[in-house]
Amino acid sequence: MENEAGALSRVAGLFSARGYNIESLTVAPTDDDTLSRLTVVTRGSNEIVEQIIKQLNKLVDVVKLMDLTEHSHIEREMMMIKVEVENMEARQDVKRLSDIFRANIIDVTPGTYTIEMTGDGQKLDAFITALNEHPIVEVVRSGAMGIARGEKALHL
Amino acid sequence: MELTGAEIFTRCLKEEGVELIFGYPGGAVLHIYDALYQQEDVSHILVRHEQGAVHAAEGYAKSTGKTGVVLVTSGPGATNAVTGIADAYMDSVPLVVFTGQVPSHLIGNDAFQEVDTVGITRPCVKHNFLVKDVKDLADTIKKAFYIASTGRPGPVVVDIPKDITAARTEFKYPRNVKMRSYNPTLKGHPRQIKKALELILSAERPMIYTGGGVISSGAAKPLTDFTRLLGAPITNTLMGLGSYPANDKQFLGMLGMHGTYEANMSMHHSDVLIAIGARFDDRVTGNIEKFCPTARIVHIDIDPASISKNVKVDVPIVGDVANVLKAMIKEMKDSKAKLDARALKSWWAQIEEWRKEDCMSYDKDSGLIKPQFVVESLHKLTKGNAFVTSDVGQHQMFAAQYYGFNKPNRWINSGGLGTMGFGLPSAMGVQFAHQDETVACITGDSSIQMCIQELSTCRQYGLPIKILNLNNGYMGMVRQWQEFFYQGRYAMSYMESLPDFVALAEAYGHVGMRIEKPEDVEGAIKEALKLKDKLVFMDFIIDPEENVYPMIPAGAGLNEMILV
Repeated sequence: MENEAGALSRVAGLFSARGYNIESLTVAPTDDDTLSRLTVVTRGSNEIVEQIIKQLNKLVDVVKLMDLTEHSHIEREMMMIKVEVENMEARQDVKRLSDIFRANIIDVTPGTYTIEMTGDGQKLDAFITALNEHPIVEVVRSGAMGIARGEKALHL
Repeated sequence: MELTGAEIFTRCLKEEGVELIFGYPGGAVLHIYDALYQQEDVSHILVRHEQGAVHAAEGYAKSTGKTGVVLVTSGPGATNAVTGIADAYMDSVPLVVFTGQVPSHLIGNDAFQEVDTVGITRPCVKHNFLVKDVKDLADTIKKAFYIASTGRPGPVVVDIPKDITAARTEFKYPRNVKMRSYNPTLKGHPRQIKKALELILSAERPMIYTGGGVISSGAAKPLTDFTRLLGAPITNTLMGLGSYPANDKQFLGMLGMHGTYEANMSMHHSDVLIAIGARFDDRVTGNIEKFCPTARIVHIDIDPASISKNVKVDVPIVGDVANVLKAMIKEMKDSKAKLDARALKSWWAQIEEWRKEDCMSYDKDSGLIKPQFVVESLHKLTKGNAFVTSDVGQHQMFAAQYYGFNKPNRWINSGGLGTMGFGLPSAMGVQFAHQDETVACITGDSSIQMCIQELSTCRQYGLPIKILNLNNGYMGMVRQWQEFFYQGRYAMSYMESLPDFVALAEAYGHVGMRIEKPEDVEGAIKEALKLKDKLVFMDFIIDPEENVYPMIPAGAGLNEMILV
């Protein structure tokens, strides 16, 4: 999209006005500072997704658009999660799980660990499930980003 | 040369060839009004309510194809304009609406007469801009006109803070505008056109369904040529009336919720539907599950998002209607291909059977004035050549059904949004654009009261509009629905305390007439048409219980009309 005030509002407004669902949304400038890249995850039938694509293309601020699920692609999302660890056993178990999931513990206090993790949505969901009896204090997720595999790219 | 933002504004309008703008002043736009006062290339029409300004600009745009221009102030000026802007958005009318805004350093501070205009109008405009630097003003105005008038037309709002109108900069009007994110497709894909023609020429029961897109594209002539070449029946939506001559034998009348029996039955039984510049709106399709069950569909439209939005089509063609039709005509003439003559003959025989239903007949022996008779009389006495605007409701349907339009851009009404109050101000816009033509506003006692203050504007500028008020003392269409579907529980649809419209018209300095007997109808209209420089308000006291037929109730298909 054009990196202009209001561009994000337009996209978000389009989804809410037409009753489409936003599961997650992330946006930031690209290497070209006149352009930002917005990644939105939505759910719907083929007809609905086709309408969403057409309506987004109509927006004057939207320069180019790609449905990543049409090609082989890579999805990544980042998560920071604060977990209660009240004794040595808990601390060891959480550290073990973090190592298995290749996550990093980025903050330590007597009662909590804060863990940073990157991966696709399923990996993040799996980690939360694996934490099981460890009380979760807070979860912050960034929303999914995607990029096509191979030479296919979203650029001007 | 260095100019202020306000001077740049007026110069840009001149560069765009704008002759007339409709507006209402206020604090935030005082510098602009000062600049307008000191130049003579652009004239400003003062209305009495900002909603009237936008509807007037719409009437101007719809009757000419040019872009309408509006100027209003910040805060309540902008919010008063929102109804008209939403109306233009729904009917794809090219408009540029300039709204004043509080000075830049006060934005977001709950300042006097401040609203987030860009935020409020975002869902009902084609695009909008907030000008943050006077250096961007000329560019922004150029882009606004470009976006409003190209592709599928629509309203564009330009919000200009007051300090920008006072700031100075070098004025240079851009020669061209190129936007990387906005490039409407104008030419239809040749392969799609071939595919469409193959399908069309294989039809045994073809049907042409056209809408407002034909008028926006200025494609009345190619449409007429195409239809005559093909020999197929044709119907228009409410927004498309006039794009094909109504008095031609291939025309089946309007289709949809209040369309003719023959038009709706032909749609329902067609095997190939050719949709041109129409969007399969719910007023036309009725129950989508039951819509055109045996038809394969060709859809020509400039907006890809309209294609397969409600109804899945078989051959979509994205492009400007006039371009695509011309390409199709050329293909047809080159290949000399025609529809199967025998199939076409029996299709027309079937259509003639449906025509025998005579669904447009009404009781001509009543002692009460019938609204249909008033519209027919107007048609007769203006030879079908007047510009006709309307408000919304039963009178609008009667106008659409009984005034046969042979030319495009003559029928001006609010279709998509259905805005009551549209009729009178839009008639003003039409009259300004066509000073020597007869402009009639067919309205109802409820609708006319919504923008009645514009009678003052008409007096100020001497607009000889002929207002035909179909007065039944009710909100007619609401009453009809309450009669049919709410067992006659007429909640709030009775117009209490109606003014004496004759006295009201005369209070505004116009001519008023009250007509109560059918035998006086033609005489009154004749007399009104003779008064070439006076606005005449004709208050026809009509049969209060007359309903609009045919009608397709909610959930029904096109073949399930209520006829009487």
